[in-house]
Amino acid sequence: MAEPLDDYIDALAKALALPIEEAWRPAIRANLDVSLRLARLVDKFALPDESEPAPVFTA
Amino acid sequence: MTTAPEVTAAEIAKAVVGGKLSALDAIDAALTRIKQHDTILNSFTDVTAERARAKARAIDADIAAGKKVGPLAGVPFAVKNLFDVAGLPTRAGSKINRDRAPATRDSTLIERMEAAGAVLVGALNMGEYAYDFTGENVHDGPSRNPHDTTRMSGGSSGGSGSAVGGALVPIALGSDTNGSIRVPSSFCGIFGLKPTYGRLSRARSFPFVASLDHLGPFARSVADLALAYDVMQGPDADDAACTTRGVEPVTPLLAESISGLRVAIAGGYFQKNVFPEAVEAVGRVARALGATQVVDIPEAARARAAAYVITTTEGASLHLDRLRKRPNDFDPAVRDRLIAGAMVPAALVDRAQKFRRWYRAQLVEIFKSVDVLLAPATPCTAPKLGQVTFKLDGVELPVRANIGIHTQPISFIGLPVVAVPVPLEPMPIGVQIIAAPWREDIALRVAHALERMGVVSAPSPRGF
Repeated sequence: MAEPLDDYIDALAKALALPIEEAWRPAIRANLDVSLRLARLVDKFALPDESEPAPVFTA
Repeated sequence: MTTAPEVTAAEIAKAVVGGKLSALDAIDAALTRIKQHDTILNSFTDVTAERARAKARAIDADIAAGKKVGPLAGVPFAVKNLFDVAGLPTRAGSKINRDRAPATRDSTLIERMEAAGAVLVGALNMGEYAYDFTGENVHDGPSRNPHDTTRMSGGSSGGSGSAVGGALVPIALGSDTNGSIRVPSSFCGIFGLKPTYGRLSRARSFPFVASLDHLGPFARSVADLALAYDVMQGPDADDAACTTRGVEPVTPLLAESISGLRVAIAGGYFQKNVFPEAVEAVGRVARALGATQVVDIPEAARARAAAYVITTTEGASLHLDRLRKRPNDFDPAVRDRLIAGAMVPAALVDRAQKFRRWYRAQLVEIFKSVDVLLAPATPCTAPKLGQVTFKLDGVELPVRANIGIHTQPISFIGLPVVAVPVPLEPMPIGVQIIAAPWREDIALRVAHALERMGVVSAPSPRGF
C-alpha cells in the first residue's frame, strides 16, 4: 500500500528533476515527515503581517 | 622549553619569540605527534608538512634577522577540511568535492592566522558537507574521541575536536551551523568559540547554510582561544555577511573581574532532554559563578524546529545539482535528508525566517537584564561510535538528530557562545556560556574565570 507522502514525493521529484531510487524512498519519506512536522510547528506560531524574514541575519 | 604535547599556543609563541624554541622544532614536534597518534584518532585528512616546514623556517629567519613576528609565532594549527587550503581540493568531508580543482588561495582565516605567525599543518576530518553531529564519515572513517577511541568525537567539526582534544595541535578551526563547534568541544573536552554571526569571515570556506554558518576556533585553554579569535577578527569584503565592525581584542580583557556580571541559567527547554552528566556540568558551573536565577527562553523548541527547517532547505538548495548528477556519491544518510529538504514548501521556510526575527527580539530583551546564560552544550557525554539511539526523558530517540538540541536554538540567532569543558569522569562534557550579540568578550572572560577556579579544563587525552 502506498504511504501518504509517496505521491507528493513523486510529484516533487519530477518537478525538481531529482532521480530517486526505490531503495532510498523509506529514508526520504522518514526525513520529509520529520521536516514537515517541524515546519508545521513553526507554521502554527502566529506572526504579524508586517514580520520581516531574516535571510541574512545580523545578530 | 619542551615540546610536550599539552603545551599551549601562548607558551609555544613565547618560547619561539624568546629564542628558546625554534619554530621549526615546534612544527616538527606537532608533525611527529600527528604521525604517531593519528592512525588511531583519524583526525587529519591532509598533512601539509612541507608547507609547514617552509613557513616555520621563514619565521625562524625573521627572528634571526631581528624582525617582529606575530603573537602566534611558530604555533601549529589545523583546519576543518571545508576551509580552502591553497593546493588542495576543498573536500568538505565529501567524495564529490575531491574532484574540484585545488584551491588557489587560502581561506581568509588561515591567512590571518598565518599573518600572526601560526603555521598550518593540515586539514581535518569532518562529517559530510557539515550535515552531521557525530564526527563519523563514510568516506574517510570516523574521527575518534581522544578520551575513549570507541566513542564519537562529535560533529561536524569532528577532526578539529579530536586533534585538539588529543593534543596533536593546540589550536584548530572549524565551522558551526547548528552546533558543529560546540558539540565536538563538549565530547572531546576542549574549549570552542562560536562567535556572533558575521563576526569572523567565512570567505573561501565551503558553505552549508548561508544564513546560519559561522567559523571559529578550538583550543585547550581560554587564553589560546582568545589569541586565535583576536587575530582572525576584522571586516572582509569577500564574505557578504561579515561585519564591518573593527577588531575588538579580547586578550587584554580576559583577566578582568566578572563580579559585576549577571549570570542566569537557561530554564525550561534547556533543562529537559538531558542526561544526569549534563545537569551535573551546568550545576557545577552555575555554583562556581553563584548563579541561581533561572530564565526561561520563550519558544526555544520552535526555534530549534525553525533552525532545522532552514538548514535542510538551504542545504538542499546548495546541493541540488549534485543530488541530480551524483546522488550515489553522497553519504546515503546525507543524500536522503537533503532530498527531503528540497521538498519542504517555500512558504514554510519563509515563516521560519520570519520567526527567527521574532525570536531574536525575545533574546535581546532577556539580555537587557542578564549578561550571560548557561546551558548544556550536549545532552550527554560522547556516545559510542555507530550508536543509533539513546533514551532521553524515557523516550528512545535517534542520536544523530538530537545531539544538537541545546545548541540549535542559540546559533539560530547568531549569539556568541564559548563551550567550556567540565572534566567529569569518565568522560568530559561541555557547557555553553552564552552572551549578547557582539559580546564575545563577556563569554570569554567568564570562561577564563571558570578555568582559573579549576571548574573547567581540557583533560589530558588518555584514549590512545
